[in-house]
Amino acid sequence: MSYVLIIGAKSDIAKEVARVYAKNGYNLYLAARDSSSLEDLKHDIEIRSGADVELKEFDITSYDTHEGFYRSLKKRPIGVIVVSGYMAEQTAAQKEWIETLNTINVNYTGALSILNIVANDFEKERRGFIVGVSSVAGDRGRKANYIYGSAKAGFSAYLSGLRNRLYESGVTVLTVKPGFVNTKMTENLELPQKLTASPSEVAEDIFNAQQKGRNVLYTKSIWMLIMLIIKHIPEFMFKKMSI
Amino acid sequence: MSLISWGMYPIIKNKIFSLRDAVGLAKYIENTDEFIPYGNGRSYGDSALNENILYTKTYNYFLDFDEQNGILTCQAGVLLSEILDAFVKRGWFLKVTPGTKLITVGGAIASDVHGKNHHTQGCFSECVEEFTIMLANAEIKSCKKGDELFHATCGGMGLTGVILSAKISLKKINSAFINQTTIKTKNLKETFEAFENYKDIPYSVAWIDCLAKNEEIGKCLLMVGDFANDGNLEYKSKKKLSIPFNFPSFALNSLSVKAFNWLYYAKAKDGVSKQRAGIDTFFYPLDAIENWNRIYGSGGFTQYQFILPKEHSFEGLKEILTKISDSGKGSFLAVLKLYSKENENYLSFPMEGYSLALDFKIEAGLFELLNTLDEVVVKYGGRIYLTKDVRVSKETFEKGYPQCDKFREFRREHKMDRKFSSLQSKRVKI
Repeated sequence: MSYVLIIGAKSDIAKEVARVYAKNGYNLYLAARDSSSLEDLKHDIEIRSGADVELKEFDITSYDTHEGFYRSLKKRPIGVIVVSGYMAEQTAAQKEWIETLNTINVNYTGALSILNIVANDFEKERRGFIVGVSSVAGDRGRKANYIYGSAKAGFSAYLSGLRNRLYESGVTVLTVKPGFVNTKMTENLELPQKLTASPSEVAEDIFNAQQKGRNVLYTKSIWMLIMLIIKHIPEFMFKKMSI
Repeated sequence: MSLISWGMYPIIKNKIFSLRDAVGLAKYIENTDEFIPYGNGRSYGDSALNENILYTKTYNYFLDFDEQNGILTCQAGVLLSEILDAFVKRGWFLKVTPGTKLITVGGAIASDVHGKNHHTQGCFSECVEEFTIMLANAEIKSCKKGDELFHATCGGMGLTGVILSAKISLKKINSAFINQTTIKTKNLKETFEAFENYKDIPYSVAWIDCLAKNEEIGKCLLMVGDFANDGNLEYKSKKKLSIPFNFPSFALNSLSVKAFNWLYYAKAKDGVSKQRAGIDTFFYPLDAIENWNRIYGSGGFTQYQFILPKEHSFEGLKEILTKISDSGKGSFLAVLKLYSKENENYLSFPMEGYSLALDFKIEAGLFELLNTLDEVVVKYGGRIYLTKDVRVSKETFEKGYPQCDKFREFRREHKMDRKFSSLQSKRVKI
């Protein structure tokens, strides 16, 4: 049975992604910092689906451990899903360099570090899939969260290039751009209900899009339209707006 | 973000706290004046609404499964649909399930839900071996049938504490398919006869055409069935259709309802016919359309569900169906069901008799109509289902639920009345 590696397995979205893949017959490597805190989830998934779940200690910002980590997996995964994300509060990131750096390192540098290794391996094997959870915030920088957004923009550009490179070898790359999602990260924000997805909706969308070999997924899908509009507002107007 | 109930009425602003662990919950209980637990928001009215809402769906780990005896232990935020996804293919099904699988286990206990097999299996609490609950003083208690806390909590509308986890026993099945028989009747008398004739079949429900007049009042499609025995346990949730926006309010005038009811009724063959149906088709036909509540428009809707004791069911139903038919306020869905004896829980809805459930768009004059229906329900010794209700008066509620004072007393004694409350509990003063 094939394994899927989930990087950043502690987030609400990752938890649901893990359940969906297990439900559909995949075994799992769940990688996160302090991975023993995922014992309950491992147990939950084993009861639900009978899938084999292995917890893996992984720190996305300890770049030099990534190669060793990937080699240590007992069986090469058929797919890798990067869900790791860190959303610093914008004003905090403006004031504290460490917050900005952490945002870049988790959302961008760390993701590239592990995916470079995965991509080289998958390309050689000529099979596999890669899913990167980016964000609609990366589609255009806004004053409300441009530091997080710019890191996600970089990640989206990386995934686009990776998809282009791996096309020849039959490895698929899916860029996921969630809009608002009802998670721990957004619990205290006032989100409009009709634009907000639940983590399990996002997970189902990711699974379906990945299985169909799609390139870019907006979830909820309405966000494709919203971002299309936002991207096309002329800069001379956009700079005056508060959205 | 504010949470609404399934009926999309009333809409109030609320503050949400998501349940993730017992420690966080204990702090929340201590620091919050009063709140109500909220599962997946499928109760129709105001029973899970308040200014402070504890969102429990985030608390959803499966904790243990005893494969020998089919006993599942899980956290209260697990949806029934998740249980089916995990266990139908292994030959297990819920002993009791309502007409939607999109409710949490905690919600199922708090509403003490029932299904098409109430006349043979009783309420959801029948399959609850044990549950844990956090009380108003943040103490966690475990209880089982026989304990007062159990009988107050099952059907207690979330007003006794926060259910944390439950041990529920599942039913062995040898197929994911149901052999169904559909009986088409011409009037209420035939409908009642059909229910009695088929009462030994575990699952039954009737769809009634509410707009039928005069001698046709009470004509129905009665659907009865039981699990097949063919060993085919293939089960996959169907891809859902979705209603992406609220329909404009003219979409559901009585003419379109009439057309719908007629089509549904006309589609079925005369007399008795046999079908084979999957679990989702048989038990959860409306779950196939996500957000079907939006067809009633943005003003929202309510479901009026009442039950009458068996000896008065026939005349009471006839009286109520006549009033509805005269009012012209039609219902997309009118569901008639047979029930067996009531249980010991203080506020569980079922009693031996028949219940009818009808949807109504919220509009001027509706509550007046429902008040007149209440009078008939009270006259015949019936009661209203709190899980569906958004408007029942304290007096009508009290007449229907003779154990309500015991429930009130229990709440007071354990200081639950100062911690757990909903718009509904304030209205009927429990």
